[in-house]
Amino acid sequence: MPTVDVQDLQKVFKVPVRETGLRNSLRSLFKREHRMVEAVKGVSFSLEPGEIVGFLGPNGAGKTTTLKMLSGLLYPDGGTAHVLGFQPERRQAEFLRRVALIMGNRNSLQWDLPVADSLELRRAIYEVGRADFEQRKDAYVEMLDVGGLLTKPVRNLSLGERMKVEILASLLPHPQVLFLDEPTIGLDITMQKRIREFVARYAAQTGASVLLTSHYMADVTALAERVIVIHRGSILFDGDLAGLSDRFTAHKTIVVAVAGELGTLTHLGRVLEQNSFKAILEVPKEAIASVAARLLADYSVTDLSIEDPPIEDVIEQAFAIGDAQADEEEEDVRS
Amino acid sequence: MRKLLAVYAAEMKFAVANQMQYRWAAFFSLTGFLIEPVVYLVVWRTVAEQGGPIGGYGVAEFTSYYIVWTLVRNMNLALAPGSWDYWIQSGRISNDLMHPVAVYHRQLAGFAGFKFVWILLWFPVAAVLSLIFKPELSPTLLQGLVFFVAIWLGYIIRFSLLFLLGLISFWTTRAQALIEIMIGAELLLSGRLVPLAVMPEWVERLAGWLPFQWTFQYPIEVLIGQLSNRDVFIGLGMQFLWVGLMTGAIVLTWRRAIKRYTAVGS
Repeated sequence: MPTVDVQDLQKVFKVPVRETGLRNSLRSLFKREHRMVEAVKGVSFSLEPGEIVGFLGPNGAGKTTTLKMLSGLLYPDGGTAHVLGFQPERRQAEFLRRVALIMGNRNSLQWDLPVADSLELRRAIYEVGRADFEQRKDAYVEMLDVGGLLTKPVRNLSLGERMKVEILASLLPHPQVLFLDEPTIGLDITMQKRIREFVARYAAQTGASVLLTSHYMADVTALAERVIVIHRGSILFDGDLAGLSDRFTAHKTIVVAVAGELGTLTHLGRVLEQNSFKAILEVPKEAIASVAARLLADYSVTDLSIEDPPIEDVIEQAFAIGDAQADEEEEDVRS
Repeated sequence: MRKLLAVYAAEMKFAVANQMQYRWAAFFSLTGFLIEPVVYLVVWRTVAEQGGPIGGYGVAEFTSYYIVWTLVRNMNLALAPGSWDYWIQSGRISNDLMHPVAVYHRQLAGFAGFKFVWILLWFPVAAVLSLIFKPELSPTLLQGLVFFVAIWLGYIIRFSLLFLLGLISFWTTRAQALIEIMIGAELLLSGRLVPLAVMPEWVERLAGWLPFQWTFQYPIEVLIGQLSNRDVFIGLGMQFLWVGLMTGAIVLTWRRAIKRYTAVGS
């Protein structure tokens, strides 16, 4: 049974609009104009227990709005969502006790008090027994390496330290569904890695489902086998990472190194980089086998590898295709 | 209920720790608060000295009234409804909404916790005021007990009223004007500026329909002995009635308000 089940979920925001200038300002006193913005246009997907899914999309695609609806912060305008069997918009205490929404760059701990005080308060709010609390705290403190931070006021922590203790505090109640919205934003590479490892271990140990948004593809590739791509409020893709590349790119890259001298290679594909003994070629997927065979036949190859394009390029390509599709649909509606 | 009480206890403990971080700021704020009652006290003592008692208040009664005022004011200090504008616009309230305990309970408990520090700081200030103005206070055991209950009920009513007013921010981001009107009305109709007995009769009648006097004047009058036993218990009943009305209004409004939250900025 899925832990998260979303069917045709929709959210529309009513946004006030007004042209600039004094006349328009006076007119708006009597007649307010609004525009309806469809932030989420009927998305459907589900998450299984223990599954970590990357939720990708450009800014304004509807990722965070979806996450907020699933965590009970926003009331949906259509469709249904069930998380652990609860309807998030009803905001039942038992539901809120079992889910967590962690947003990067967001501080939920008391600024002026030591971290330990905020953890104690959370223990009471989430009704975590003393023994469980101490055991989880000790384990997470070790995993995140934050032992020295618990007695420091939150205001004295660096961004990375703060994010680590935010995650620690959010996971103390052992949520079974975790919504992570840009959890590593603004953090250095070491800190990003530490947080990724922690999330992966938490999900593996507790069987929690994780829905993760991030603009850092390293987060997604390290944690998620499955990705959902959302664009302009609609889902463009839902499947495994490899499938994403198959769906949205028509090319692969061949990296070849030879013992002798490489001549002109333009007849084999688009040359991305080349020096006298090494080249990187972009080749249509259907020609990969034949191009690889020709390279092996024509040169003394010392190394050859066939790679999918970088995930960032795939995503960029997916968004470009999504833009084109959305424009086409708008055009159809107008005509 | 036991679990909720445990959350209240934890929130209050947390609030005390938080407030202790700012003990000097709290002390100076408290001293600043005292300028208001001292001005009222000096003015009305002078009026009573020159023109005799008004509405049953002479020099001694005015003195007791405004000295007890300082404690009641501390007790009914609650959240500023204008804060909601910021919490909603910045999305800060999202953090609180993700917790399994209602925002109302957490805030009510938090402000209740602050009071333990404020009252601790109030004692020396009250001692100085008492030495200067020498109030005549000799409450009975019943008055003392009812006063203790009444100041907490007064706090709950005032907190709930401000909370309810703050919820307007879910509909408009410019609720400040309404808040100002409410604060003005409260000043006149609660007994904060002057005991209602001193005001024109129609003001007193109007105040009878509103919650303000039960948060301010009523607890003060209980302690200084201005009320008969019958009026003491009627007042207590009125406080419970307003707590019930406010709670119902908050439950109904909250359900609608939360559906309007757009969580922008968070």
